[in-house]
Amino acid sequence: MANTTIERSTEGDIQHSDLLDAYRLMLLIRRLEESVYKAFHEAKIGGYLHRYDGMEALVAGIIPQLNFPGDYVLSTYRDHAHALAVGTPAREIMAELMGRATGCAAGKGGSMHLTDPERGFLGGDGIVGGPVPISLGVGYALKYRKQGGVCVCYFGDGAMNQGGVHESLNMVGLYKVPVLYVLENNKYAMGTSVERSTSQPDFVLKAKAHGIDGELVDGMDVLKVREAASRALKHIRETGEAYFLEITCYRYVGHGIGDDNTKAWKTYRDENEVDEWRQRDPIANLYRYLEENNLITREQSDKMDEEIKAEVAEAVRFADESPEPPLDSLYENVYS
Amino acid sequence: MATMRYQQAIRLAMTEEMERDPNVYILGEEVGQYQGTYRVTEGMLQKFGPERVVDTPISEIGIAGMATGSAMVGLRPVAEFMTWSFALEAMDQLVNHAAKITYMSGGRIQCPVVFRGPAGVGTQLSAQHSQSMESWYAHTPGFKVVMPAFPDDAKGLLKTAIRENNPVIFMEHAGLYGVQGDVPDDTEFLVPFGQAKIRREGTHCTLVAYSRGVHICLKAAEALAKEGIECEVVDLRTLVPLDTETILTSVRKTHHAVVMHEEWKNVGFGAELSARIHEGAFDDLDAPVERVGGADVPMPYAKNLERAAIPTDADVIAAVKKTLA
Repeated sequence: MANTTIERSTEGDIQHSDLLDAYRLMLLIRRLEESVYKAFHEAKIGGYLHRYDGMEALVAGIIPQLNFPGDYVLSTYRDHAHALAVGTPAREIMAELMGRATGCAAGKGGSMHLTDPERGFLGGDGIVGGPVPISLGVGYALKYRKQGGVCVCYFGDGAMNQGGVHESLNMVGLYKVPVLYVLENNKYAMGTSVERSTSQPDFVLKAKAHGIDGELVDGMDVLKVREAASRALKHIRETGEAYFLEITCYRYVGHGIGDDNTKAWKTYRDENEVDEWRQRDPIANLYRYLEENNLITREQSDKMDEEIKAEVAEAVRFADESPEPPLDSLYENVYS
Repeated sequence: MATMRYQQAIRLAMTEEMERDPNVYILGEEVGQYQGTYRVTEGMLQKFGPERVVDTPISEIGIAGMATGSAMVGLRPVAEFMTWSFALEAMDQLVNHAAKITYMSGGRIQCPVVFRGPAGVGTQLSAQHSQSMESWYAHTPGFKVVMPAFPDDAKGLLKTAIRENNPVIFMEHAGLYGVQGDVPDDTEFLVPFGQAKIRREGTHCTLVAYSRGVHICLKAAEALAKEGIECEVVDLRTLVPLDTETILTSVRKTHHAVVMHEEWKNVGFGAELSARIHEGAFDDLDAPVERVGGADVPMPYAKNLERAAIPTDADVIAAVKKTLA
């Protein structure tokens, strides 16, 4: 796989500050995930853990273009990046992961259920394909209210083989509701490749079969993601109809904590393949573009990285020092 | 007060609530143009239009997700399952999403959705259409479970359900749709959840039931009264929240109890009722609690086999006599 460089933007209205913001967000996501991984192995975090390393452009190229309140985001169990992107403070994410009262879901949700509805984030979802039927409802509510707004629904290549996804996409196409689907095609549903799981791997074609237009986007290039999303969001806001982005990407690490070492993920993919994708790293790609265009220097980038590392370290400290949820909260929130 | 059928009372509740609150809409298979499989939603499409009376494809996962997602952002959907048997298709959206979102979000997201439709057994519908599965939902924290027996409760409980900020499982009984009763005209007639109703007073034995079981128990009580056995019939109305206190108060008076339902007896709701009575009124009981439930088989088609699988007033009478013996 060739070491691609980002092409110059030819359409859209991307500002330099947007690019620097995207760069910062992607770095923050990467550093947070690294820190989360460390905290997991220090037994500070329990349950499952699904990292976003390598897929940062899918969030950084899209969510900053949304308006909150008004728009909504739904995600999967691989949801730390989405929460960061809507503006959930890293400390509230880290506290949730550590099961603390100060977490964004009061310690009730954990890694797969980060939630921040005031910032438009309706949550991660632990069930493959689960957010797609929900997105139909959120989209229907936006249409019903006639006050604008878009729901962005992330899901994975594995989810495309769930029945409920197709029921829902059919209804989205039928009712014409304002949802942007972002299919995070990272090639593997846990350990099963698209080739081994999917008879028709053209996911855009499947969206079109449900009356939803869409396109394929290179997710290792945040500018391309941003441009495609910009056009898609404009289309949705103007027509009220859904749009579908299949975004190719790659997760550098295992699916979750069950295959978080090379030995485990080598059962289903080759080390060379991972290395090749790492050569196309979206953060490094964007850095090169920024540097070539005199928008950033190595010194500035390093300084930004140090600030981010300090922010993440502070989040860990905050979570560490936060109390566990009080025991009498056990029965709270079963009902509103 | 007007006399109307159970089915009309449900329609009236939805109509009044849709007139009151623009966030209320209904969706489901054949609810609009077809006028409702059981005619529950008859005329509503004409009255409220296609945005508020949404005909869906035969896609229960889609229906459940659409209702749940729209509730999460503030609408108040009333989703109809053509029968509760078909809701099994949607179990992940119901149990893993609607019931849990409030808890999983630490209370930050509300889910004010009603799932309704006919449950219950009978009329030779056989294994896949004739079954009652309320325990599945009552077992799941996060749901409120409502099973009205009479038209006035059908109206008042459904109105409460639509105003409730939590997911409500509202199970009607297809065999009760034609039952007539007096129903208050008052648009603020609300029946609160968690309050059982004594349908008949008695001193010898408490009969605890809900939905069509109440009618079966009332019939049994009438027959037993002719033999000098006075039964007190408790209509639970809601399974979750459960009005344990009314049950226990009655049992403390009668010292005997029979719990009855149409769903399978094994691990059925009657087991929970029996346990609560034993836990709460053991010293007041003169005999163990008797359970009457459906035969633990997939519902057979043949008339005689079906009859043998569905609990009747004769089964209740036998259980009362056993506990009084």
